[in-house]
Amino acid sequence: MAENKKKVEAVSTAKSATKTVRKVVRPVFIVDGARTPFLKARGKPGVFNAANLAMGAGRPLMARQPFEPGDLDEVIMGCVMPGPDEANIARILALRLGCDKRVPAWTVQRNCASGMQALDCAAHSIAHGGANLVLAGGVESMSHAPVLLAETMVVWLAGWAQARTLGARVKALQQLRPAHLKPVIALLRGLTDPVVGLSMGQTAEILAQRFDISREQMDTYAARSHLRLATAQDEGHLAEIETLYDTQGHFYTEDDGLRRDSTATKLATLKPVFDRPFGKVTAGNSAQVTDGAAMLILASEAAVKKWDLPVLGRIADSEWAGLEPAQMGLGPVHATTPILQRHKFGLEDIDYWEINEAFATQVLACLEAWKDNQYCRDELHLPDAMGELDPSRLNVDGGGVSLGHPVGASGARIVLHLLHVMERNAAKRGVASLCIGGGQGGAMLVERD
Amino acid sequence: MTDQMTEKEMESETTEEVTSENSYQHWRLVVDEQNIAWAHLDRADAAANTLNREVVTELDTILDQLETDRPRGLVILSDKPNGFIAGADITEFTAIENEQQARELIRRVQGIINRIEDAHYPSVALIHGFCLGGGLELALGCHYRIADDDAATRLGLPEVQLGIHPGFGGAARLPLLIGAPAAMDLMLTGRTVSARAAKKLGIVDYAVPNRHLLAAATSVILKPPPKAHATGWRGLSNHSLVRPLLARVMRKKLAAKASPQHYPAPFALLDLWSKHGADKQAMLRGEEHSVAQLVLGDTAQNLIRVFFLQEQLKSQGDKKLISPKRVHIVGGGVMGGDIAAWCALRGMKVTVQDRSEETLARMFQRAAKLYKKKLKQPRLVQEVLDRLSPDIDGLGVAQADVVIEAIFENAEAKQALYRELEPRMKPDAVLATNTSSIPLQVLSEGLERPERLVGIHFFNPVAKMQLVEIVTAPNTDPAVAAKAAAFTRHIDRLPLFVTSSPGFLVNRVLMPYLLEAVVLESEGISPQVIDQAARDFGMPMGPMALADSVGLDICLSVAEILSQKLGVEVPPRLRSLVEAGHLGCKSGQGFYRYKNGQPERAKAGWADFRPPNLEDRLMLRMLNESRACLREGVVKNADLLDAGVIFGTGFAPFRGGPMHHIEQSSADALLEKMQALRESEGERFQADPSWST
Repeated sequence: MAENKKKVEAVSTAKSATKTVRKVVRPVFIVDGARTPFLKARGKPGVFNAANLAMGAGRPLMARQPFEPGDLDEVIMGCVMPGPDEANIARILALRLGCDKRVPAWTVQRNCASGMQALDCAAHSIAHGGANLVLAGGVESMSHAPVLLAETMVVWLAGWAQARTLGARVKALQQLRPAHLKPVIALLRGLTDPVVGLSMGQTAEILAQRFDISREQMDTYAARSHLRLATAQDEGHLAEIETLYDTQGHFYTEDDGLRRDSTATKLATLKPVFDRPFGKVTAGNSAQVTDGAAMLILASEAAVKKWDLPVLGRIADSEWAGLEPAQMGLGPVHATTPILQRHKFGLEDIDYWEINEAFATQVLACLEAWKDNQYCRDELHLPDAMGELDPSRLNVDGGGVSLGHPVGASGARIVLHLLHVMERNAAKRGVASLCIGGGQGGAMLVERD
Repeated sequence: MTDQMTEKEMESETTEEVTSENSYQHWRLVVDEQNIAWAHLDRADAAANTLNREVVTELDTILDQLETDRPRGLVILSDKPNGFIAGADITEFTAIENEQQARELIRRVQGIINRIEDAHYPSVALIHGFCLGGGLELALGCHYRIADDDAATRLGLPEVQLGIHPGFGGAARLPLLIGAPAAMDLMLTGRTVSARAAKKLGIVDYAVPNRHLLAAATSVILKPPPKAHATGWRGLSNHSLVRPLLARVMRKKLAAKASPQHYPAPFALLDLWSKHGADKQAMLRGEEHSVAQLVLGDTAQNLIRVFFLQEQLKSQGDKKLISPKRVHIVGGGVMGGDIAAWCALRGMKVTVQDRSEETLARMFQRAAKLYKKKLKQPRLVQEVLDRLSPDIDGLGVAQADVVIEAIFENAEAKQALYRELEPRMKPDAVLATNTSSIPLQVLSEGLERPERLVGIHFFNPVAKMQLVEIVTAPNTDPAVAAKAAAFTRHIDRLPLFVTSSPGFLVNRVLMPYLLEAVVLESEGISPQVIDQAARDFGMPMGPMALADSVGLDICLSVAEILSQKLGVEVPPRLRSLVEAGHLGCKSGQGFYRYKNGQPERAKAGWADFRPPNLEDRLMLRMLNESRACLREGVVKNADLLDAGVIFGTGFAPFRGGPMHHIEQSSADALLEKMQALRESEGERFQADPSWST
């Protein structure tokens, strides 16, 4: 990995030419990881809040380690919308896992890539000698996203609290309007870009239009996602999932958003939800709103030796990129391309890919963008098109469309699952990438020997 | 608390000159710059503070000194981290020879507490940790009480559990302080309360965080508020017109729980209050007479004996031998799951291995229910649940300090499991089985180190049954057995060493008694009558109800194993019930029918006939088997046998245990009864050879 890094060269793009060359001092190993089943949000708060989800993955993961939770140097979690009792959820997790009180913990937020951001921070810490053993990942309980009072209501309540006399109270009551009671759904607000005023689904519609992706293509892609997940479940390819237990005697073993009966024909009957009535993006070809947690243990070479840890893979490189918020879905293209350039890889040099399925059309648009001469020249400053990405090596066991996208957790999930796919197929190299609301992309290159 | 006190001490010792020279062995008197006297109790050579002759004598001397010193006030506090005062020193009870002596002792302590109450300066009891019995009675004599609101603070008057009632003024003062209903409830049940509950009831004036204790005491001494006492309807409850009525209600409630023959103390207390109520002087004299009588009675003497038996069991496990942090349980069924839940509650990290996720989910659910009941606060419940991990892949084995197998009773399955576990375990980890019927000698076959297997046999329900049998075979490494016993102390259970013979001690002693009940039932005696006879003897639960709650299938399987080895006959009635699917509580029908988990009571009728020898038939079989166990050396001695049977079966504690009971009620008389029963009922009443020796 260090050798690769030395080869880092800023190729043709003006942007990357100005970037400082990143020096990696020490290799970063991923030694283990676990996630919860992803549980679809069904219109009301789910059984597990974010902290309990994080424990659901973290507790069994830590229980099987040869070291104590207190031996961790740091805990880093990604989470976009922790509950009101979950401020700095990483610290809550660390303490509940029984980490020594001296183990620091912090929570990161980069929207849909928060989980990957946590891994990147952990990797950085290890690479630069700041830590040897870090628990990092992400969690999201989207079904527990807060429902807020309208600001007008908060103002009214403040006035009510000050109204002491009967007269003042009557007057205050007279000012109360039904509109005051309309709740603010934080989840919907969170999935809308406040700068450009578009919902995430609308940015997907823009990509569909730009790259001329048909409804049929999207639905076919979505059906395939379900089919792949079903196969993965049947063949036991999701060993990283730890069963969740609630206190009512129930248990949860599998991602429950899977629809085994899904077909493109059936998906074609759904109505568009974002651009009504003429759009193409439906609930069926978008990622599901889901609860889940995923986390990994990252270690330095010294920690691997000290505890005799098995190595799942190495984090070889990572990249963050910004782009037009209205086309945020192309983030993976912008984040991955510089990594490929640095290592002089073509798309075909990567054995397996995980590109988070925020929307079927968004993943398809990424593939189209890399095939598109003009896009690659104008936006990526490449001499020509990047080429074709073999779809049989992309999201081989399903993705956000079939198993859901708990925004804080997905970034960690795709890296973890990618490593399992690589292990299964004795592959050497893989890329995990996500698009990020607000117009960013994140990508991570992982390797195995 | 200790940190802050040290600061305070340093401060006072450096700043004021009045500090008296310390001529006390158990007390340390510090007078601070504000002329407040701080009397620190720190009993020499003891881990906990108790009131004994020396302690109270020194306190008396301190009060003498304060009479001349004339302080602003007196604060009584403890320097022991575990609590204020745990009560009277029970070892002194055993030295009491006659009523006169007992009365003198009581009068003396009462007099000292009265001195504090009557002093011209205000006094505060500063309470943390346990404040029980005589400790609380001393605190009640102080003008004010301030308690640390920590969860470890427990206040109560548990004297009835030793067959007596409060005698150092507690019975006189508590009803006047908080009203009779709450006071009598506390004294009649002996239950303890938290600092917050004590504040709510009015027992303490303030429940404050530890960091404010000293400031609170100082403030109360410098500006004494009015003394608390029961007002309104609470105050009225002590009125002579109300007392008879209230006493009648309380007596009825009490009689439903305990009989005056078995447990005279609560009834005596109730009579005392009903007679004297608000007349404090009369109450104090009454306490003195009543307790002096009770303490020499059989019940108190036997309950005191049980207290010491419990201490003896505790001393069987030396906590220092092991510091268990992680426990791995294999088998998440009722026993395994409940053992796991209990260990997590006691602070250990626990992994539970089971093949079935359904079983693990039920285990987790039961654990959550237990924690909610015990801890109440969701935050604390969560904390314990976080220590309990379902572990379907059994990954926790490698890190565990103690591994307990609690799978179904099948020797081959257990042996196969040990073969998997042994190579993955830490070399010095304890490997234990919860088997109730398979000899350790059989189970340890095939182990790399057969001497490392030990039995840690829990009883159902784990959260209630204090006794745990530590089972050893001749080849068991004594060091391993000692570690296993030490482990049970870490989870606050009472270890009893038993040999690996069929049924060990508890099940073996219980089984003939249960089977006799089945025979009686099949003879047409109603289960209710049988259970009543056992309760009349003093058993907490009748044999029929016990069999139903354990599960008739389990009873049958244990009975069958024992019958092969010990030649006990299994009544056909038990087998036919199990074959019909009537398994007890869990199936809705056993000897009783159950509706929502409660037995339906049959109507009174001809079935209520109670043969005169009913109680003897039940109890003599248990006593006979106890003798056999002792003769065979299942346990080391008669005291340990008594302790095991009391804490393992609930055997009438006021009778002091089966061997003690035989001795007290004349072995010869019982043997005669046995012989008569043998003639009328058959060979199962064959007296154990040890009777005749």
